[in-house]
Amino acid sequence: MKTSENVISVRHLTKRFGDFTAVDDLSLDVRKGEIFGFLGANGAGKTTAMRMLCGLSRPTSGSGTVAGFDIVRQPEDIKRHIGYMSQKFSLYGQLTVRENLTLFATIYGMPASDIRRKADEACRALGMDGVRDRPVRDLPLGWKQRLAFTAATLHTPDIVFLDEPTGGVDPATRRKFWEMIYRASSEGMTLFVTTHYLDEAEYCHRVSIMVDGRIRALDSPAGLKQQFRAATMDEVFRIVAQDARRT
Amino acid sequence: MNSLIDIRGLTKDYGRTTALREVTFSVPEGSIFGLIGPDGAGKTTLYRILATLLTPDRGTATVAGLDVAREFRQLRTLIGYMPERFSLYPDLTVDENLHFFASLFGVKVRDHFDLIAPIFSQLARFPNRRAGALSGGMKQKLALSCALIHRPRILLLDEPTTGVDAVSRSEFWGMLATLREKGITILVSTSYMDEAARCDRIALLHRGRILGIDTPTRLTARLGDPLYAASAGEMYPLLLALRGMPDVKDCYTFGATLHVVADEGFDPDGTETALRRQGLADVRIRPVEATIEDLFIKLAQHED
Repeated sequence: MKTSENVISVRHLTKRFGDFTAVDDLSLDVRKGEIFGFLGANGAGKTTAMRMLCGLSRPTSGSGTVAGFDIVRQPEDIKRHIGYMSQKFSLYGQLTVRENLTLFATIYGMPASDIRRKADEACRALGMDGVRDRPVRDLPLGWKQRLAFTAATLHTPDIVFLDEPTGGVDPATRRKFWEMIYRASSEGMTLFVTTHYLDEAEYCHRVSIMVDGRIRALDSPAGLKQQFRAATMDEVFRIVAQDARRT
Repeated sequence: MNSLIDIRGLTKDYGRTTALREVTFSVPEGSIFGLIGPDGAGKTTLYRILATLLTPDRGTATVAGLDVAREFRQLRTLIGYMPERFSLYPDLTVDENLHFFASLFGVKVRDHFDLIAPIFSQLARFPNRRAGALSGGMKQKLALSCALIHRPRILLLDEPTTGVDAVSRSEFWGMLATLREKGITILVSTSYMDEAARCDRIALLHRGRILGIDTPTRLTARLGDPLYAASAGEMYPLLLALRGMPDVKDCYTFGATLHVVADEGFDPDGTETALRRQGLADVRIRPVEATIEDLFIKLAQHED
């Protein structure tokens, strides 16, 4: 595989806090258009690893590129070429649908001339034309979530990081959200997703499982199930994560 | 079996938002009863009413025969309540939190220590660590210990496993089964549909209404329609293609497969052939047992 097709390519990333090694020697390649599931037990180091990949935290050692930029020397460039969405915080409740889209597009550095047009198109595509001037806090959770995804991707980043995007959401809405992920992937966007729903791990092209700061397993869901002689990703996760020392 | 919780026609509004609408159910003593529903279903409102922190607009709720609105003082000692958000004092140590909750209920930590020993022993390594500095899994075990220290008859757990990884979730359900054996009645809510199977009875809650109450097995039997699992080399094109096939009522992702809710007339072999003709490779369609999640999707769509 040519490196140019890898949207993420990192080697030996390590992050220490005092004498605690949160992420230990992480090496990873993620291809363009891939849906990559980043799984791990609580406390395994997922959040710390993701913060390094997003340019928010400088690794103690190691190197690599995300969206073509160096994670040590060009973190500011990385921030503009990725999207980020988490279930916990992604939108401003007191701002309207349109204001949220405009705000995020501006933060991500989109040209002002494009923002208006793209925001209008997005409202239409989301079926939210009728509520575009309503504060986001009044919307149902499922709508907020689809809007948050659009806000994180309006600037057409090479890669979008989704941190537990579907936590607490009802099963039908969760599935609609994954269809947005599928569509984005088929259009060439790379999606880097964390989740505690192991059925969602089955929807990823490849999955890694982190335990105590290290990646312990990495393959396609079918490959992992074969390797661990398991029927489901849920079983795979249990086998890999059972000896975690950090909880 | 006697019911320990009785809820009749419970209704609660916040302004124009309906939190609970005519909710009625009872929880048999000594059982694990699951409230299954997504965020915004009304689960926390129901807990706050049962924990005597909120009064209903209409309807009644009794716990061990005591009315939650009128007899809340006697009731509070019978309840152990673990809210969704971290409920402990982050600046107190592990031991201080436990002693504080014991003294609130007028008991000594040693009085009922047998009940919490299997849970609390996992925290025994750091009695002097501040609760705020514990990991997520450890916070959860401390919160559960504090909710149990006065040996309540009923344990109210509001989304104890949200954001918790699959291995820890499974351990947690193991602890609940042990508590049930010790005679404690448990009302537990979750947005993870797969946890429904660990309950004796469940209620499906959606937008403040109950969609169904029964044992998990009997409830899933209610799906009614034939259900199939479908797979192919490329799953997303398969999803789009199946939605256009005859006698397909609904089709959605389900782990490594798609689930197809079909009409009686659905022909799996014929559909496989038709899909292959559309260019899909490795198509496979076979009958499959329904799960709570399938039922929830169906019932929630009826509501929309």
